[in-house]
Amino acid sequence: MKPSPVLLVDRLSKSYGGVHALRELSFSVHAGEKVAVIGPNGAGKTTLFNVLNGQLAADSGTVLFEAAPITGLEPQVIARRGVGRTFQVPATFASMTVRENVQLALAARRNGLRSPLAGSRALDTREASAVLERTGIASLAERSCATLAYGDLKRVELAIALACRPRLLLMDEPTAGLAPAERASLMRLVVELAATGEVALLFTEHDMDVVFAHADRVLVLNRGRLISAGPPAAVRTDPHVRRVYLGPSTQPGTLRDA
Amino acid sequence: MTLSALLIQLLNGLAGASSLFLVAAGLSLIFGVTRIVNFAHGSLMMLGAYLAHSLIARLGGGAAGYWAAVLLAGLAVAGIGVLIERLLLRRLYAAPELLQLTATFGVVLIVKDAVLAGWGPEDLLGPRAPGFRGSIDILGRAIPEYDLLLIALGPLVLVLLTWLLRRTRWGVLVRAASEDREMTALLGVNQTWLFSGVFFLGALLAGLAGALQLPREPANLNIDLSVIAEVFVVTVVGGLGSIPGAFVAALIIGIAKALCVAIGEVRAFGIAFSFPKLTLVAEFIVMAIVLAVRPWGLFGRPPAAPPPSEQRELLKPPGPRFVLIAAGVFVLLAALPLVADEYSLVLLADICVFALFAASLHFMMGPGGMASFGHAAYFGLAAYASALLARGAPMELALIAAPLFAGVAAIVYGWFCVRLSGVYLAMLTLAFAQITWSIAYEWDAVTGGSNGLTGVWPAMWLSSRSAYYLLTLAVSGAAIAVLWRMIYSPFGYALRASRDSALRAAAIGIDPRSVRWAGFSIAGLFAGVAGALYAFSKGSISPEALSIPRSIDALVMVLLGGLQTLIGPVVGAAALTALQDTIIRHSEYWRAMLGAAVIALVVFFPTGLAGMFRRAAGLRGDRA
Repeated sequence: MKPSPVLLVDRLSKSYGGVHALRELSFSVHAGEKVAVIGPNGAGKTTLFNVLNGQLAADSGTVLFEAAPITGLEPQVIARRGVGRTFQVPATFASMTVRENVQLALAARRNGLRSPLAGSRALDTREASAVLERTGIASLAERSCATLAYGDLKRVELAIALACRPRLLLMDEPTAGLAPAERASLMRLVVELAATGEVALLFTEHDMDVVFAHADRVLVLNRGRLISAGPPAAVRTDPHVRRVYLGPSTQPGTLRDA
Repeated sequence: MTLSALLIQLLNGLAGASSLFLVAAGLSLIFGVTRIVNFAHGSLMMLGAYLAHSLIARLGGGAAGYWAAVLLAGLAVAGIGVLIERLLLRRLYAAPELLQLTATFGVVLIVKDAVLAGWGPEDLLGPRAPGFRGSIDILGRAIPEYDLLLIALGPLVLVLLTWLLRRTRWGVLVRAASEDREMTALLGVNQTWLFSGVFFLGALLAGLAGALQLPREPANLNIDLSVIAEVFVVTVVGGLGSIPGAFVAALIIGIAKALCVAIGEVRAFGIAFSFPKLTLVAEFIVMAIVLAVRPWGLFGRPPAAPPPSEQRELLKPPGPRFVLIAAGVFVLLAALPLVADEYSLVLLADICVFALFAASLHFMMGPGGMASFGHAAYFGLAAYASALLARGAPMELALIAAPLFAGVAAIVYGWFCVRLSGVYLAMLTLAFAQITWSIAYEWDAVTGGSNGLTGVWPAMWLSSRSAYYLLTLAVSGAAIAVLWRMIYSPFGYALRASRDSALRAAAIGIDPRSVRWAGFSIAGLFAGVAGALYAFSKGSISPEALSIPRSIDALVMVLLGGLQTLIGPVVGAAALTALQDTIIRHSEYWRAMLGAAVIALVVFFPTGLAGMFRRAAGLRGDRA
């Protein structure tokens, strides 16, 4: 018997005024799975992520995380349940060092941020170093996040997300804006993580190389609708996907080379 | 209460709403384009009233002379507005928002003394407007024609402004600049003229509002701050930057106040409630309801994303050297009673109290990222609480219990405030402070009204100047140490995290709003400790302890010292308190001198005194 999914999305809808960003969207993600969400600009990818982590309220439909409904909960509550998130434009704490960013995430997970008098030594250093090693940014540990390059900030975000030990990690365009070499190394890192089987990964991506190299399954969104889902090979050959995603003029075979 | 009495109050309220709308619309326009909250906008209205009074006297009582005088007063104020923009604010467009605001407060102080010097302290009532001297009978009551004129004027100005902004090229540029100032500049729009233009229009509206108000209310020296507080309420309720919002909010608040006056005194459960005295509380209730439902105001839009914090400097925990030096300074200060005279000890005690007051504001402004224009609310509230408690309880107990009242007020006010951010939050804090002030001012039976409470003396063992100085030093020193410690505690990190990126904070499981709420409340509690110490050191307490100037003092201390350092607020408090003491002793026009000093500091030391020292030290270090 297949284990129950980590994430189960059931008929999720969200519209802004008259624009349907998500329409009756249903899918699931299992433990250890790497699922890519692709679709043209405006397909509803970021809206989906914002609804999943509680930043936006859905109009209708339900989201179950580990069989418990999380629809309508606040972002921090969903985060505490075990859903991590990285953003399209990296969001870090600019007035702190890389290490402090990670320490804070660790302390938040352990509920250790309430104490107003404990002193900064109360923040964990050892585990923070381990996370920094693992994400390959140990050399940046004492740098201020306000001074980091874009690619490094993406890694810091990943380190923060990992420090929270999520069981589902939502990554919005993890490789956007990175040089090809950076992309490959970042994705290698992410894949290693998922390979431990503890984290399920849901990510949006524009780079088809990344998608087809790393995703176990691909969901294709178009104007808020799920138009195709399945293993990369199947999606690649789906004529419906070719038509709406790549445009009617696309010749067969181009997707492979994209 | 009869229907006709209600009607007359309603029309009266609507007439007042029109001039309030004119001022609020001007403030909104200026803020939209320049991002400056012009604290001096109420002062411009006050100038309008005084100038109109003089011009009407000069140009005669005929209709042509009268209305020409009103128009000229408006234009003169518009000219003054442009001068302020050109001479002062233009130098500050690159400075942080709060410094610009502090500079406009310097203008408030200067204008107040200028008016005092030019027109004297007496209230000046203007003649009634020719052509509108009569009244119209409605339901058997005489409604002044002038009120009806003002009521009609509000919508007329709204329509004119809407036309100006929607249909003219200038209006398109103003709207574009409000939307995205940098993009507008990149498109080649001449910012210089645009900024001067909105200042002209905004000041013109304020000046006209003052001139038009003259037949209804005498020109007086309190218009500036009372109007600015009301205008902040209108702006927050209507939605910052929305002109129709300002109009609707002014109407709602005008009506609410009219209802309070119309209800009059009501007896319930054996207690007499005087509703007319509660007009400011009525505003508060309107504001509370609106903000609970729509945190961005009736017509306001929530910002797409919270703006990134301007504070991006690392905050290194103080090392052993810092602790050692701080301890050394403390010991030196504790030894001062051996050499200092009584006068110096009083001044030193004041400095201790204000250092704590400023440090508490720094806690919410620096790590918390929440600027407050109304921090005196908590200071003054605890001062009143200690005065009242000391009547029935030992002084020591009162000193401990009084700050808790401030803490509770901060929890209540904070619940509303932390839903907002930036300037919007700051305006709301000012509105709350003004409401607290008005309660202290109006509630004669308990607070002693404008006279306040006297005979608030410390216990016998603390009655000597040096003993009380040592107490303030010990309590303030300990409280500041606790505040500093909190900045580097896990909670302090969470507070800074919520300031840096609320999005990221929530994504790792921190609730940014609760953390900010806690930070806000802690700051209020510690301001309360300072307030309680203050009450016993002065022996009396008056509404002045809750007033806007007191709140601005704290703001100036923090900005003067510099936001980025721990000792900034302490240095700022010492500098400003000593400066005030010197100026007040030497000049009748101390407000203007203080205003000029504040402006000079902002223009010449935009990073604050501590920042300047640090830079100087850094330069020396480089050379060594």
